[in-house]
Amino acid sequence: MNAWANIRTITKRELGAYFSSPLAYVFIVIFLLLCGFFAFAVQPTLLDRGQASLSATFFFWHPWFYLFLVPAVGMRLWAEERRVGTIELLLTMPITAWQAIVGKFLASWLFLGVALALTFPVVITVNYLGSPDNGIILAGYVGSWLMAGAYLAVSCITSAMTRTQVVSFIISVVICLFLILAGFAPVVRLLEHSTNTWLVDLVTSFSVITHFESFQKGVLDSRDIIFFLSVILFSLFCTSVILRGHRAG
Amino acid sequence: MIKVHNLARFFGTKRAVDGVSFSVDRGEVLGFLGPNGAGKSTTMRMITGFIAPSAGSVTVGGFDIVEHPIQARRLIGYLPENAPAYTDMTVYGFLNFAAEIRGLRGDARKQAVNRVVETCFLESVLHQSVETLSKGYRHRTCFAQSIIHDPDVLVLDEPTDGLDPNQKHEVRQLIRRMGKNKAIVFSTHILEEVDAACTRAIIIDRGRIVANGTPEELRQKSEWAGAITLRVAGIKAADLSQKLNQLPMVRQTAILKEESGSVTVRVFPRSSHTGVLAGSIADAAKSWRIEELHTEEGRLDEVFRNITMPDTANKEKK
Repeated sequence: MNAWANIRTITKRELGAYFSSPLAYVFIVIFLLLCGFFAFAVQPTLLDRGQASLSATFFFWHPWFYLFLVPAVGMRLWAEERRVGTIELLLTMPITAWQAIVGKFLASWLFLGVALALTFPVVITVNYLGSPDNGIILAGYVGSWLMAGAYLAVSCITSAMTRTQVVSFIISVVICLFLILAGFAPVVRLLEHSTNTWLVDLVTSFSVITHFESFQKGVLDSRDIIFFLSVILFSLFCTSVILRGHRAG
Repeated sequence: MIKVHNLARFFGTKRAVDGVSFSVDRGEVLGFLGPNGAGKSTTMRMITGFIAPSAGSVTVGGFDIVEHPIQARRLIGYLPENAPAYTDMTVYGFLNFAAEIRGLRGDARKQAVNRVVETCFLESVLHQSVETLSKGYRHRTCFAQSIIHDPDVLVLDEPTDGLDPNQKHEVRQLIRRMGKNKAIVFSTHILEEVDAACTRAIIIDRGRIVANGTPEELRQKSEWAGAITLRVAGIKAADLSQKLNQLPMVRQTAILKEESGSVTVRVFPRSSHTGVLAGSIADAAKSWRIEELHTEEGRLDEVFRNITMPDTANKEKK
């Protein structure tokens, strides 16, 4: 229980740090504007399609929004601690490095959850205009949040690698871009022309898009959930290895 | 409370700390001296478990910092170099966070925060953001964090750096006071602090301990220690030094100054006669007009220079 108390203390501090800086509000506003703009203004719009569903017009864009927004949220996590030197305070407190890593990750993940939850007017709109399957929408939200977590965990690694936030941001965008492109339809078609099916399957199975698609259809497949959770766990593990590397003898 | 045994840390091929051993008991204040880059901060980072030793061991209160890091760190309060603090928090928020992560909850936490706010004079900036604090206040905020759980062991890396003379004085008093029932290690390169606050001092250079003792013992290492400075009127310098050199206890004399009518000379005793030199000079000098006579105590900064930079110090002498 002590471990959870420590994690909660860290999470609370980090969340406080987000909301005491203007960056958090800027992030939320940009995210909501993007969601609204792409849902209602980019062809085919939510209204044109005449379907009470959020898959093709709303969730479809999330992997791309997250590509830039999540690394922006995650870049400060460790880079800032290292730059200011507070990492020396944090890691000499009577807590384990894991508790600090998980605490920080959870705070950012919760923050992304808040931003995501604030898109609720879109849900209200489709419910007002028609009668969508709200179960499918909920599954979409769960998938979207898991996907954000996977991106965020990748950003944790890159943030621990450097003391410059911008470097962290750029590297994690590149890695996340790979996670998207591996399942992006044009890239997959290109691969299908040139290589074997098993290789295509292997590459696409690493993509967040492939795994996010089934959530959008309302399917909570354990394989997809395990995919996202294992990306998160593996990335956090890498973060701990990198942090230990800085301190090792 | 703190036992450091053969501690070493390499950065690549550079040996930042190379075989350092010492121990600090409750009631002791250990001053850690050394030129910049001597390995002071690296040693302290290993004591607090921030970086792992390449070789050797550290135990704090019986707990090995590598094997049982959590138990050991519970006993330690740590003020890192440059006093880092979360700039996005208020002083109050930061201290509450520090108390909470140290396991203090509810009333205990409130009391702890109030206590350190009082000790470190933070009342006036309590609800100010750390980012807007002056260096002195930022330093005290981080210092407050290190004593919030009333730890048995305090590790302070340059605790008076960046403070004004009054604040420096306060911090030294505080260290001295807390040193009565804690084990404290603090690093500094201000030598007067060693006299003001330490019960013992270690000089470290290029990763090795080059001197270890009480401030008095260190001062004894000075070649001036026990020497006598003498000013005599109405005598020629050559005559005076000849007469002094005839005394059996005198090893060497050096003329410091020759003015019209008086000569200032420094007399170095043979090592076995440190205490009685003044008496024998006074006996021999009954016929002289002595204007000044005092025994040199030895100066820490001279010891420090001689130990840590033997080459340059010798060159300057020549």
